[in-house]
Amino acid sequence: MIRVSVDHAPIDIGTEVAGIEETGAGAVASFTGIVRADDGVTGMELEHYPGMTEAALCDIAEQAMARWGLLSAVIVHRVGPMVPGDRVVFVATAAAHRREALDACAFLIDRLKTDAPFWKRETRGDTTSWVGARASDDQAAARWAGEGSPD
Amino acid sequence: MRLLYFAWVRERIGTGEETVEPPEAVRTVADLAYWLKDRSPGHAEALMDLTKLRAAVDQRFVPLDSELDTAKEVAFFPPVTGG
Repeated sequence: MIRVSVDHAPIDIGTEVAGIEETGAGAVASFTGIVRADDGVTGMELEHYPGMTEAALCDIAEQAMARWGLLSAVIVHRVGPMVPGDRVVFVATAAAHRREALDACAFLIDRLKTDAPFWKRETRGDTTSWVGARASDDQAAARWAGEGSPD
Repeated sequence: MRLLYFAWVRERIGTGEETVEPPEAVRTVADLAYWLKDRSPGHAEALMDLTKLRAAVDQRFVPLDSELDTAKEVAFFPPVTGG
């Protein structure tokens, strides 16, 4: 099962995890990304490319399903205005065993950062600024290049 | 051809969407960006430095030297920062 959602509504982790546990998997792994209050950030807004975003997330989820033989892959990304403490993104995987679930979960979030059309704008008091891409994100995504599951 | 702009590219150009009919000489995505610079000072500012731009053709990421071929929708934006 693949579930992809891009929505303005707050992310309800309880509902998402309950949904993925219903698959009967032996292992469920998840990652939650939360807006930080770093350097005086008071707000964060997420813009995306409707249509392409959902297709890109489905593609990432399908890659993970095939590579690790998952039972489920879930990607939920919030868009629009948020404040520190809000959940921005939630990804989860279900597999027979923990290694596949944990590795695939890391793959989902690493690839999402470089392969899906989202843009962050931070607010600090009265000023806003677009967040720049980080080389460390490209490196994290690149470690999943190549075929087969890493040992 | 439908054009879409996101993030600071959209802000500098002043719109998120427009329709254009580029001449035949415009063959690649980079050609298109160069051709669009003449449309307004905002276009010129947004599209000045191609190293800061990324693009998608028909909702797929592509390098800027890609041929446009039969592209119906082209998007310009900064490097993505989701998650």
